[in-house]
Amino acid sequence: MKPFDYFRPGTVAEAVVAAAQPGASYLAAGTNLLDLMKGGVSRPDRLVDVTHLDGLDQIERLADGGVRIGALVSNADLAHDADFAKSYPAVAEALLSGASAQLRNAATVGGNLLQRTRCAYFYDTASRCNKREAGSGCDARDGENRTHAVLGWSENCIATHPSDFCVPLVALDAIVEIEGRNGRREIALDELHRLPGDTPERETAFEPGDLVVAVRLPPAARGFAAHARYLKVRDRTSYAFAVVSAAAALQIENGKIREARLALGGVAAKAWRARAAEDVLRGVAPTVAAFQEAARRALTDAKPSGDNAFKIELARRIVVRALSLAAAGTPARIPALPASPFASTSGAIHA
Amino acid sequence: MPELNLTSAPAHLRHGSNIGQPLTRRDGVLKVKGQATYAADNHPPGMLYAVMAVAGISRGRVTSLDVAAAKRHPGVVDVMTSDHKPELAIDPEIKTNPFVFRMEVLQSNEVRYANQPIAVVIAETLEAATEGAALLAPRYETLPALVGLDAGDSFVPPVVGVGNPTENHRGDVEAGLASAEKQIDAIYETPPQYHNAMEPHAIVASWDGDKLSVDMPTQGLMLSLARIAELFGIAHDKIHIRSPFLGGGFGSKGLMAGPQTLGIMAAKLIGKPVKLVVRREQMYGPVGHRAPTRQRLRIGADGEGRLTALDHHARTVSSTFDDFYEPAADASHTLYAAPAIRTSHDAVRVNTGTPLFMRAPGEATGSIALESAIDEMAWACGIDPLAFRLKNYAEVEPITGKPFSSKALRACYEQGAARFGWAKRPLQPRQMRDDAGLLVGWGMGTATFPALMFQAEARAVLRRDGSGAMEIGAHDMGQGAWTALAQIAADELGLDIDSVEFKAGSSDLPDAGIAGGSAHTATAGAAIHNAGAAVIAKLADLATNDERSPLFAAGNAGVIARDGRLIRRDDESRGESYSEILARAGLAEVEARGTGAPNPAAMEEYAMHAHGAVFAEVKVDPELGQVRVTRMVGAFAAGRIVNPRMVQSQLFGGMIWGLSFALHEEAITDRRSGRIMNANLGEYHIPVNADVPPLDVITVEEHDPHVNALGIKGVGEIGITGSAGAVANAVWHATGVRVRRFPIRIEELLTQI
Ligand SMILES: Cc1cc2nc3c(=O)[nH]c(=O)nc-3n(C[C@H](O)[C@H](O)[C@H](O)COP(=O)(O)OP(=O)(O)OC[C@H]3O[C@@H](n4cnc5c(N)ncnc54)[C@H](O)[C@@H]3O)c2cc1C
Ligand code: SF4
Repeated sequence: MKPFDYFRPGTVAEAVVAAAQPGASYLAAGTNLLDLMKGGVSRPDRLVDVTHLDGLDQIERLADGGVRIGALVSNADLAHDADFAKSYPAVAEALLSGASAQLRNAATVGGNLLQRTRCAYFYDTASRCNKREAGSGCDARDGENRTHAVLGWSENCIATHPSDFCVPLVALDAIVEIEGRNGRREIALDELHRLPGDTPERETAFEPGDLVVAVRLPPAARGFAAHARYLKVRDRTSYAFAVVSAAAALQIENGKIREARLALGGVAAKAWRARAAEDVLRGVAPTVAAFQEAARRALTDAKPSGDNAFKIELARRIVVRALSLAAAGTPARIPALPASPFASTSGAIHA
Repeated sequence: MPELNLTSAPAHLRHGSNIGQPLTRRDGVLKVKGQATYAADNHPPGMLYAVMAVAGISRGRVTSLDVAAAKRHPGVVDVMTSDHKPELAIDPEIKTNPFVFRMEVLQSNEVRYANQPIAVVIAETLEAATEGAALLAPRYETLPALVGLDAGDSFVPPVVGVGNPTENHRGDVEAGLASAEKQIDAIYETPPQYHNAMEPHAIVASWDGDKLSVDMPTQGLMLSLARIAELFGIAHDKIHIRSPFLGGGFGSKGLMAGPQTLGIMAAKLIGKPVKLVVRREQMYGPVGHRAPTRQRLRIGADGEGRLTALDHHARTVSSTFDDFYEPAADASHTLYAAPAIRTSHDAVRVNTGTPLFMRAPGEATGSIALESAIDEMAWACGIDPLAFRLKNYAEVEPITGKPFSSKALRACYEQGAARFGWAKRPLQPRQMRDDAGLLVGWGMGTATFPALMFQAEARAVLRRDGSGAMEIGAHDMGQGAWTALAQIAADELGLDIDSVEFKAGSSDLPDAGIAGGSAHTATAGAAIHNAGAAVIAKLADLATNDERSPLFAAGNAGVIARDGRLIRRDDESRGESYSEILARAGLAEVEARGTGAPNPAAMEEYAMHAHGAVFAEVKVDPELGQVRVTRMVGAFAAGRIVNPRMVQSQLFGGMIWGLSFALHEEAITDRRSGRIMNANLGEYHIPVNADVPPLDVITVEEHDPHVNALGIKGVGEIGITGSAGAVANAVWHATGVRVRRFPIRIEELLTQI
């Protein structure tokens, strides 16, 4: 393993200064970063371990009705916070559908947002990858790419962002609070991850040293609690990344959709907010026909990047199903198989 | 070898016999406490760490390695390359017998497959060796890789599997097909799969002059020992291999592989003990795998649903430099009573590590294709799949015409079907839904695996203190040899299991043969049986020839061994303890050896196979195409069951492998580079708990007087066969969509559902 310095900052300010140095990288739980280092994909000179920073592990209800989630809150703690899960059920369901119980216990909110793609060619240092080595080429483009992007991709990169968590967060207009060299700022989560374009190596809107300190959900996000679901189709029942997923959230009043939120996972280099689909749902009755129209709109711009045309049709069907599930109402308990098409299978006891 | 502290058996109900008792694993507590020493847990003083650098291309030549950069790295001691390595006594490319790999141990700079070892970095720490390997930054001259089942001209290999004829036939297949009322002609594809044992291949090697000490997981202690001896030119008695526990093998630890040889070479080069552990992604190359297949099945049936012909052809691949051919078509030899059967194979050479036997080699790949095709034919004939199989039940082995040594398959069908509730199955597909609207389907498959025997020897001892010992270089891969073989030993010695010192897992013990072919319990068990009988006979001789003994003149045949005593068969009140006999004879102990081997006469006369029937229920989302198995019942007849608990876990494990075969496992190979793109346990999918439904295993009573003295058939592999097809057939029954490419993926169902 490449030798590296390990630094444990005492304050956020110290952390930012340390991480702004070339070759430095934040270390949270390390469930992604350490794997990348073992594989020689990431070779940082210095790890800035943020897990001991104070004050970043709180879930705070804000006076305005929003919620602020510290960057170090574990995926499991957040999903199992009863009040949080009740207010943002699709977020909790998405978290619980990700990885395994052990990984969720370790993984942090900040790390989940900034986890890297699962493109196999990115991981395989013997392959060419524009993300890993700018300008080297993209071996996924004509390679084994059944799980790659169908939206927002470019000839330079067809990778997807793997996070489940980000999908409902983007749907609910989450905001990321960042501490950087020039102090505190915030951006919409939808703007955090960039589409590849000509610079797939630039994955986020982050500058060197930028630290996620919290993720905030605005007051309006709570308004979808009664009709919010996450649905994730996988190649096995659990412990697998999404082939395609969707978060759907509705506000239904007098038999009509007042407000709709929809985002797709596993289809692009970011959690894909489907605003055009949301628009067609506003003000109409929650019918399958309406959901099918929304699905059509959501995937209008989709095109296969390889052996993955099926993902477009799958995404349409997932949209219809997720919206139907949301319309049917959030279940009182998160199913034993969260976000699974088999959620309602009796006797499902494993997650 | 340090004494293993095996748990003494908890008090169990013993109806006169240890065999048949569901003892828990005697090594269980050690394992739970982390005290079972696996190979990589050994750290002899002065030990250094070796890490392999492996090829990033699959065909070409290494043109440069930055050895200087690696050596400059702090902690790196040496870098072994094709220019700097100890010489071997023989060329590692020479195949001295079918049970050796032609291996890559840095004999040249040629690259023949991705992940082939190209250098070994030796360092004071694992971290330094790992970084040293990264710093080698190899450069290559790359040639176009040969990838996939159509990579080049096909040829007919001389043999498939381990010495099976490439082609077999009985009857006139073409005539049978021509006369058929119904015909199925279908092509099935199975992907490359990797063994993925939890424990990677590892070795700790120490040289002391020309003596070599090795800790290494192996399924064949003596095969490995012989291979090391020939490669390094040293006598067998200079080598000691310890392999008390394997973290799984599934065939991949059957042959001495290149990486382990490199560990021994590194220790020799550096003159210190060396540990080399193969990294997970490096397992996808030099240690074997299951080759992909493309199988064409042509089946004919008459108007009554009776088979008229069965033609099974399998295409597979081997490496460019060695030969192992997945004998997939052979699965059609034994199950269905077609009057005409033909099986054949061909192959192409590709840039891959050499394939090898992987749990049910041939049987697993062949079974999913055969069971799918039989299901297709049953549907074509409009007959229930179980009724169809019964109609074509083989009373004698179809390919040879030999009678079976025993075959309780009918009982398996009956008991499995009853437990599953098969009678309620609608004939048409896509008829069942659950409350949530998911499609439900039921499928079945027949399981079969040959009852094999290899050669083994055991040494038995009875001691004056009333205890006994049984020594055999047997292998515990997790299946429970420490327990099941000790149970046999206890019975044969007429002792309670706690009074028997059972020794295994070391090359200084008698040769137990290879732990493969589901034959280990049968083979080692037979040796233990004979060694036990021989030592008891010696003891009986002492007693029956001694007029001071109550057994005097009873004659060998007239004495039985029970609870540490010999007693007269005709008068159980007359007898004496082993201790008394030995004490009177002035002996500390008596010992004897026994061997286990196949009986050629019986093999000539009988076809010997285990059988089973597997029933599966799946649910499929009607729009999204995701599949989940919700119920599985397997009924198996495998002769005598030595330890029901361990047999159940073997069968569970096999059924889970079958499920995995049908729905999950696939090494995704880049079509251009030949590299495996999912060489890790995150992306190479095997079922997780949520994929595995409640499993129900029935062991059907079967008495086989011919297979071996103990009547054991073996259960290690059969569970995969039948199961994979049952799941695939259930997917068809749920959806009406017949997927012939495995594993069944969402996209195949999505477009047709
Ligand atoms: C086998 C496996 C299966 C998985 N399956 C899923 C799945 O199904 N769904 C899913 O969503 N995820 C899945 N994951 C990914 C998992 O969610 C991430 O690994 C995890 O969330 C990362 O969190 P971490 O705290 O360990 O981050 P780390 O590994 O410590 O860091 C990840 C990245 O984020 C950066 N970083 C961390 N914290 C901050 C911060 N506060 N500010 C700025 N940068 C930061 C690090 O520098 C690093 O680049 C899986 C992971 C594994 C290993
Ligand atoms: S798709 Fe993107 S991440 Fe994958 S190889 Fe191409 S450039 Fe790299």
